[in-house]
Amino acid sequence: MNITSQMSHALVVFVSAIFTQNILLSYFLGLCPFIGVSREVKTSFGLGLAVIFVMTSTCLLNWVAYQVVLEPLGLHFFRFIMFIIIIAAFVQFVEMVIERYSPSLYQRLGVFLPLITVNCAILGASLFMVIRDYSFVATVGYGLGSGIGWFLAIMAMAGIRQRLANERIPRGLQGPGITLIIAGLMALAFIGFTGVLQGN
Amino acid sequence: MRPIGAENRKLIAEGLWQNNPVFKQVLGICSTLAVTNLVLNTVVMCVALIFTRSLSAFTVAVLRTLTPRNIRMMVETLIIAFYVIIVDILLKAYWPEMSSSLGPYVGLIITNCIIMGRCEACANANPSGRALLDGLFNALGYSFVLLIVAGLRELFGMGTFLGLTVPYFSGPYWDKWIIMVMPPGAFFVLAIVVWVFRSIQTAKENKAK
Repeated sequence: MNITSQMSHALVVFVSAIFTQNILLSYFLGLCPFIGVSREVKTSFGLGLAVIFVMTSTCLLNWVAYQVVLEPLGLHFFRFIMFIIIIAAFVQFVEMVIERYSPSLYQRLGVFLPLITVNCAILGASLFMVIRDYSFVATVGYGLGSGIGWFLAIMAMAGIRQRLANERIPRGLQGPGITLIIAGLMALAFIGFTGVLQGN
Repeated sequence: MRPIGAENRKLIAEGLWQNNPVFKQVLGICSTLAVTNLVLNTVVMCVALIFTRSLSAFTVAVLRTLTPRNIRMMVETLIIAFYVIIVDILLKAYWPEMSSSLGPYVGLIITNCIIMGRCEACANANPSGRALLDGLFNALGYSFVLLIVAGLRELFGMGTFLGLTVPYFSGPYWDKWIIMVMPPGAFFVLAIVVWVFRSIQTAKENKAK
């Protein structure tokens, strides 16, 4: 593929990762923090930003590791361990760098970083990237798009939940129950984006 | 065989009902909820989960005295990944169609929070037999709820069960709810299942008081 078609493919992947194939609302990845941490807009914002950053970077690192090391050696089955180690090491590294150079940012994001290591969306994005056989440029678009899609979903959810805080909800539905129903409605709304992309 | 002690019975009841991973803790649904549009896929996924869940709890418990505390998360993750790789390779070798239809979700068992959560909460501090039991029954409690979700979704969405036709639902009288097999359906059905089970639980607790 030449550069232009690669770029346009990456753009399509980017937009579809945000809207039509949102990693949370159509692939159910990253549900645990989505349900657990979405009570407040402020915390959701911090977590969302951290996810965008970590997802984009680890997708790239994992792409390189997979294409350069695992693929030539034929060690495809080893990718789970490889990816999870890269993700854990990267998160740890970022945590140390932020703590050293920007204590204020560390205070805002620091608590969320360890949480991210076990966020299934991060590993899921890397696994999808391998299965769909994305090129390097497309991987950039995919990682960034998935991160932004997740950010968008959790921010919307936090906004809705803040408004729901004072509503009367049946006891059994409080907490996770109502969150799942809202997520379902959001997923319905996101299906509406399906027609946006042609030839996808 | 020795009868099940009261302590173990409590462990079983907690895993299956009182502290059920899905409707009580709401953990780890990500990797399995996605495949609940077909009962067969869910069964395979649940078997894989029960296998990795109980054996990783067992291994973590066996190694608990040997593992340095500051790297235990990493060790746990690697143990879980080890079992997941076994499942992945077996599926690829003997049932490639299933492997490709499950896609990345088998691998995502690694980051399933319930496995990590139980390793941290129970397997770390208990002897191996107890950890195995805890792991097994937590996984079973998890599986039965998701099988209910999958059964409802397939029945309403496609009018079938395990791919077999069901009277009435497969016939012309039943207008298939396509939304059920699409992602929003999973959220709605799970929410309703959580609602029903939690209501039963609170009703029981109130009675007990």
